[in-house]
Amino acid sequence: MTKSDLIEKLAADQPQLVYKDVELAVKGLLERMSDALVDGERIEVRGFGSFSLHHRPSRIGRNPKTGAAVQVPDKYVPHFKPGKELRERVDDGKSDPGSS
Amino acid sequence: MAVTKADLADTLFQQLGLNKREAKEFVELFFEHVREALETGQAVKLSGFGNFGLRLKNSRPGRNPKTGEEIPISARRVVTFRASQKLKQRVETNTDDLRERLDGDGR
Repeated sequence: MTKSDLIEKLAADQPQLVYKDVELAVKGLLERMSDALVDGERIEVRGFGSFSLHHRPSRIGRNPKTGAAVQVPDKYVPHFKPGKELRERVDDGKSDPGSS
Repeated sequence: MAVTKADLADTLFQQLGLNKREAKEFVELFFEHVREALETGQAVKLSGFGNFGLRLKNSRPGRNPKTGEEIPISARRVVTFRASQKLKQRVETNTDDLRERLDGDGR
């Protein structure tokens, strides 16, 4: 399912909203969530899961071409932890052949 | 302070003028459709934000960390999330600020 599929589904659910607004609403939600993570804020959606940042400490990496050691600086990466309802529903549906 | 469904609904109220009830319902349905897709084995690709995928995990031996008792962990299907390149890049660009704000310990 892509973003446009999701917009279609929500538009079908919400016939009182004009299509353009559904589109803007989906983009607005994703933007609000992205901005929160960029600012280091957690997102907690009950029944779905939570998004947060995980810290990756600085490490010694290697240039694969030359083999030279380089210091790779620390960074933060977005992380998602599925909530209970999502975990259970996804696991119960596992008779479906689908994967990724 | 974590961003919650109420905050997300508030964004729709303020940015698009949906009324509070509509905004709340919209947020609820947004996540419900994502759950439904994943439940039926479909990956969800939200460009610019990230992709939710599914992974089958084999059963493996586990242990109750408190009692040390062995309990098998059954095979299961789990959700994975990969942030988009764009989101990862934006977070990475903000590292100095985040380090200060989060005191080097993430979350």
